Amino acid sequence: MTDGKLAKDNPHSSIDLRESVLTLKNLVADILEEAVSQGASAAEVSASEDVGLSVTVRKGELETVEFNQDRGFGITVYFGQRKGSASTSDSSRSAIARTVRAAANIARYTQADSCNGLAEPELMPETLADLDLYHPWNTDAQAAEALALTCEAAGLNHDSRIVNSDGAQVSTQQSSRVYGNSHGFIGHYLGTRHGMSCMFIAEDENGMQRDHWYTTARDPSLLESPEAVGEEAGRRSVARLSPRKVPTGNFPVIFCPQMSAGLVGHFLAAVSGGSLYRKASFLLDSLGSAVMSHHLSLIEEPHLPKQIGSAGFDGDGVATWDKTFVSNGVVANYVLSSYSARRLGMETTGNAGGVFNVTLKGNEKPFAELLGTMGEGFYVTELMGQGVNGVTGDYSRDASGFWVENGELAYPVDGLTIASNLKDMLQDIQWLGDDLDSRGNVRTPSVLVGTMTVASN
Amino acid sequence: MSDLLEDVQRELWAPAGIDQRDVEKLLERLSNRAINLGELFFQHQRAESWMLEDEIVKEGSFSVDRGVGVRAVSGEKTGFAYTEDINLNALRSATEAARSIARAGQNRQVAASQPVKADRMYPLGDPIDSLSEEAKVALLQRIDQAARAEDPRVKEVSVRLSASHETMLVVASDGTLGADMRPLVRMDVSVIVAHKGRRERGFAGGGGRSSLSRVADDDFALGLAKEAVRSALVNLEAAAAPAGAMTVVLGPGWPGVLLHEAVGHGLEGDFNRKGSSAFANRIGEQVASTLCTVVDDGSIHGRRGSLSLDDEGTVSQETVLIENGILRGYLQDKLNARLMNTQSTGNGRRQSYAHVPMPRMTNTFMRAGEHDPEEIIASVKKGIYAVNFGGGQVDITSGQFVFSATEAYLIENGRVTRPIKGATLIGSGPEVMTRISMVGNDLKLDEGVGVCGKDGQTIPVGVGQPTLKIDEVTVGGTQA
Repeated sequence: MTDGKLAKDNPHSSIDLRESVLTLKNLVADILEEAVSQGASAAEVSASEDVGLSVTVRKGELETVEFNQDRGFGITVYFGQRKGSASTSDSSRSAIARTVRAAANIARYTQADSCNGLAEPELMPETLADLDLYHPWNTDAQAAEALALTCEAAGLNHDSRIVNSDGAQVSTQQSSRVYGNSHGFIGHYLGTRHGMSCMFIAEDENGMQRDHWYTTARDPSLLESPEAVGEEAGRRSVARLSPRKVPTGNFPVIFCPQMSAGLVGHFLAAVSGGSLYRKASFLLDSLGSAVMSHHLSLIEEPHLPKQIGSAGFDGDGVATWDKTFVSNGVVANYVLSSYSARRLGMETTGNAGGVFNVTLKGNEKPFAELLGTMGEGFYVTELMGQGVNGVTGDYSRDASGFWVENGELAYPVDGLTIASNLKDMLQDIQWLGDDLDSRGNVRTPSVLVGTMTVASN
Repeated sequence: MSDLLEDVQRELWAPAGIDQRDVEKLLERLSNRAINLGELFFQHQRAESWMLEDEIVKEGSFSVDRGVGVRAVSGEKTGFAYTEDINLNALRSATEAARSIARAGQNRQVAASQPVKADRMYPLGDPIDSLSEEAKVALLQRIDQAARAEDPRVKEVSVRLSASHETMLVVASDGTLGADMRPLVRMDVSVIVAHKGRRERGFAGGGGRSSLSRVADDDFALGLAKEAVRSALVNLEAAAAPAGAMTVVLGPGWPGVLLHEAVGHGLEGDFNRKGSSAFANRIGEQVASTLCTVVDDGSIHGRRGSLSLDDEGTVSQETVLIENGILRGYLQDKLNARLMNTQSTGNGRRQSYAHVPMPRMTNTFMRAGEHDPEEIIASVKKGIYAVNFGGGQVDITSGQFVFSATEAYLIENGRVTRPIKGATLIGSGPEVMTRISMVGNDLKLDEGVGVCGKDGQTIPVGVGQPTLKIDEVTVGGTQA
């Protein structure tokens, strides 16, 4: 590689989704019109267009080049309080009529649900602020390959115990989203997301271990350097070599920022409307109750510029706003769509489809001091398995990471389980680290949980 | 198969005015560089689902997705592009993008197309049309009523019925011309029970590659309702699980997710070619106790993981992975088989036209052994009997795997006693397989709910096993 023709062959490099926003909005308007003409009393439509490129290298050679280009729309029609949905990747004129007919046909057989319907029209945004989410990366497969090669080389050269590579990947994605409903609201936003990641396998006399690292951003100029990503992935893989076991017992546990985001995710799932109205939550009737340590707050900021989770409106077309889900340990808001809000006799929180840039805040100290406070315990850097029961809060997962002795990282460990109940864990978060990871939609620092059962053989 | 092939060509090619000659030209264009394999994968999928909750059928959805994936393989390199428009211009553009992976090289001969002959593993018809809408709605309501009638502690019931039909056609420069129509149906029942301040969930589901009559049958459908309620009620009584290493007996059927995680993924060809699996370079070695024979078999009639031919057009087969404890083979697709100097085992699968094929499992299970299941339990002084699982995950490099029990009991002095809360079981795949000390005579395949994820692609799979005894597994309970 390469023969210099890649850029010319690349169907992606010339595409700018800004040019097709109007087409996509017109498509949504046409579909809504078709729904009304087929007799729907209300309708809502989501349409999307995505285009992207992903390049993987492995052991210094190009491995895959993938071009993606997706279009599609989904419609929900309401006939009174009955509803039906349909979706397709075909946006031809005949497909529009067919798809609306399919949704209308479903609505003939579903049963009336008094909570069904669009969100109230006054909740839609009148204007949409520019959240600065669209930053196309002027790159092509060759340039992406060069970056990925630099990233991988930085890791492979980091340590002689790195014996194998699972590849380095560079990807760039543009997306265009339009939501419209028969209140007359049609909103759109454009976004980009770029990333670089790599994974290495390190080996010593006690076997192989692997780990990875990544960077992601809406603006390519905010990505970490390929060297930094490669070296961090290499450092992490080597650090896991020759893991030991520890005796079964009760110990304090620190979740690294990437793993504590999972804990917050379990909390958010438990206070989301769907879990609450189905009575499938360990936090039923928790509004106004203290469910976390008193120093903790969980805030949502949907309008942060350039962030992964930013959006001006939710999946119901409802304007988003800043709010707190947890304030000083107390549940201040549930996570509700307009449907789940009606089911619970409440108001929507503008969270149809999920949350937007949630951050965990509380008493924090530098990571080194966090280890010191813990003394002896388990610093968890990876979790596997689905051992979380959202109904009871029972928690039991496979964990690996590092054992902490005398307030310092002592040696890697794996083949351990950590178990407790989420209700107890959330109340037992004693400190946060100062190492907030803001790459994702749920932004968390390390958290120190007072005690969990750690088991091994 | 010729009728099927003609039907599929009529469905996927005719509306766009595409014929065999057009496709051959595209393959020639793909192959006039240093390319080992050029491939076009045409697909059309319809899917429908209905959902009951709060005693009413409140949601239904229908989707249509179609497109073509174009792949060029050159050595270890893959160029891939796809289009949602099935027309010649879009295909030419995707072909140019895919072939950009390879250097200019000598023109390779495109082999003459040979229709793939495969035995049909399922009926061809679209299951969505196999039952009227009225009958689907009535079926969900019957299940709801049956679950609620089962026990007054049942508070919430949700039921989902899903059916899909995929039409695929794969044409490749190695002469492959394969077509298939694949039905897939599934019913899921989930209940919440509450009693004396405790609340638990129970689940049951099943299905396969068939018409809807399989899940619409009252014995089956109402059986799911009973099973979901039973498992939820068991968990209402469950006590905290122990923590630490102990003997574990796994029930037959779905607990075969153990094999899927502990050995299945680690035996996929790509991981072994790249040397990233804990099982790499170990063919011929003892990797499990001599009681273990593990196979992957896509050619079982009507199963969720079954395929008449895979997504690369290779006919499905039974592949012995481990025979009496000795590692015999890997699961291969075309790319990895060629690089490892072997043949595809018919395990080249992809989520859709918009995804590249990879070596994937179909139905993976352990063959039956000699022991009576009761004899196995009677042999355990203190341990755990785990009969149902949520799912699992594996790190194929370290071999470390995890799976999460959703229904388990203590074994005390050879008898199953109290239920315990779902706990995570973990171990190293290669180690755990050597500790299997008894294998039951009760091989069972799962009911048809398995979904396997790899590199962001999900596909339906099957698992199975007889009752198994493992001498030491780490149990992640809270009672240290």
